Amino acid sequence: MRKKELKRLKGIVYHLFVIALGFVMLYPILWMVASSFKPNAEIFGTASLIPKTIKLDNYVNGWKGVGGVPFVVFFRNSFFYVILATIGTVFSSAIVAYGFARNQFIGRRFWFVCMLLTMMLPYQVVMIPQFIIFFKLGWVNSFKPLIIPMYTGQPFFIFLMMQFIRGLPIELDESAKIDGCNRWQIFTRIIFPLITPALITSTIFQFYWKWDDFIGPLLFLNSPKLYTVSLALRMFSDPMTSTDWGAIFAMGTLSLLPILFVFLIFQKHLVAGISTAGIKG
Amino acid sequence: MATMPDLKYTFDHRKQRAKLWNQIAGYLFISPWLVGFFGFTLIPILASLYFSFTRYDLFSAPKFTGLSNFAQMLADPVFWKSMSVTFYYALVSVPLRLIFALIVAMLFHRKAKFLRFYQTVYYLPSVVGGSIAVAVMWRRLFMADGALNAALGFLGIHTTTSWIGNPRTAIWTLIILAVWQFGSSMLIFLAGLKQIPDSYYEAAEIDGANGRQKFFKITIPHLTSVILFNLVMQLINGFTVFTQAYVVSGGTGDPMNSTLVYALYVYKKAFEYNQMGYGSAMAWVMVVIIGLLTALIFKSSAFWVYYETKEESR
Repeated sequence: MRKKELKRLKGIVYHLFVIALGFVMLYPILWMVASSFKPNAEIFGTASLIPKTIKLDNYVNGWKGVGGVPFVVFFRNSFFYVILATIGTVFSSAIVAYGFARNQFIGRRFWFVCMLLTMMLPYQVVMIPQFIIFFKLGWVNSFKPLIIPMYTGQPFFIFLMMQFIRGLPIELDESAKIDGCNRWQIFTRIIFPLITPALITSTIFQFYWKWDDFIGPLLFLNSPKLYTVSLALRMFSDPMTSTDWGAIFAMGTLSLLPILFVFLIFQKHLVAGISTAGIKG
Repeated sequence: MATMPDLKYTFDHRKQRAKLWNQIAGYLFISPWLVGFFGFTLIPILASLYFSFTRYDLFSAPKFTGLSNFAQMLADPVFWKSMSVTFYYALVSVPLRLIFALIVAMLFHRKAKFLRFYQTVYYLPSVVGGSIAVAVMWRRLFMADGALNAALGFLGIHTTTSWIGNPRTAIWTLIILAVWQFGSSMLIFLAGLKQIPDSYYEAAEIDGANGRQKFFKITIPHLTSVILFNLVMQLINGFTVFTQAYVVSGGTGDPMNSTLVYALYVYKKAFEYNQMGYGSAMAWVMVVIIGLLTALIFKSSAFWVYYETKEESR
């Protein structure tokens, strides 16, 4: 009887501890969301999460935007960039992954090692020449330098999809070949549909990374009407220009909604993807 | 009779053509990546290697100056400052995050109610943590009148320190931001923990092992290969951190360059001072350091990474 009680007590302590620590984890996010409903004077000097009165003024003010551009433009730019970049990444990576995983050709290993090596390469080493190339091509201050490279496959996702393709029985390819499929048909009709889980995982991650992408837009987009949400938030919070923190938090909260939305829908895929691929933090 | 060699000939011919087609098809499938590799990676890398030996401001042609960029670096106190800031940041935040992730993973490696819900809550910071919204908010959180000081005041510790404004503490706001995003490592560790057979622990218990012994003799050895992979990948990310430092410091690396991480200094040199040559040289130094560090970790892994198959063959 006493042992049972002790066990229950231990359980309660465990849950209280996990909940308390979880609250600390979530606190910064909750604070931002709560502050987005507070008038500016009420945001600072207090750690409280409950606004005295809930006001939507911050959302109205924030939505007016910055530098004469309404915030809706930034959202439109972000969606345009992120969706096109993600589609490009997933499709091109799948094609390349099939090429590496299911085709024998001279130099295959060599190119594969080259690809793995580029995964370790810091972006800073290609950043400057890339900028110069795109500058000379006249692509700077457009979405071209951000989107077009995504259509050449991304090593991380190629690798992820290759692992998946290798797990599929080769007999599938062979029987499709006997049935008269050529390579391209084997890819589009057999392999591509079967790697759907890897495609979904890749889509989610690329959506996240591109939505949060900052250095790309910072380098290549100059005029405010092309800014993505990340860039606009940064300009908004510039200590030189404005200090309407309520509005910044309101737009910041809105900017997290697509990410949270995707997370809540695809949570299972995400957890499976991270646990199996050991994806970066 | 006369048709036979002909048939054989066409057969061989077809076989050869099929072989050739094999080659072409493989290259066709990987061609998108090849284009990207040459156009957006290899040529830029070689260009950046060349620029690192030049003085180049983007508007006039690059001028070859030999090793002068590297000599300038050795004499540049800001370069050394950014180097030490980056090492400090990476070598503190990455192990801290891994340790924290392991602790939380062990907290969740049991049978209890609401575990899935808890995991989701603990993973949320990693979902939103990379966003600019959070980085902007982070700056506000640690200011003199920010929520942290208000919360401390609530606990009876009254302070008006601006954690962002103090050169001694500013880097720690970035470290905390990095450690806070421990979610992915936590999930990876959790998956690793689930693969350790319960029988190992049971056997250890029969032999009279205590909790600490079980942790260091069973749990840790089984996770070493996972730790190795995460250590390498996260250290590379840690050394190249840019966005968070840029946003939290307002694009400056202040106060007193205490948050001027290496990638931020490269960016400032190249795109604010238009010193493309110096920036490229700095980027190459970073490549060399990351390469050496990765090699060092892999070399050392022979001593601390545990491989099950090796153990069995003994």
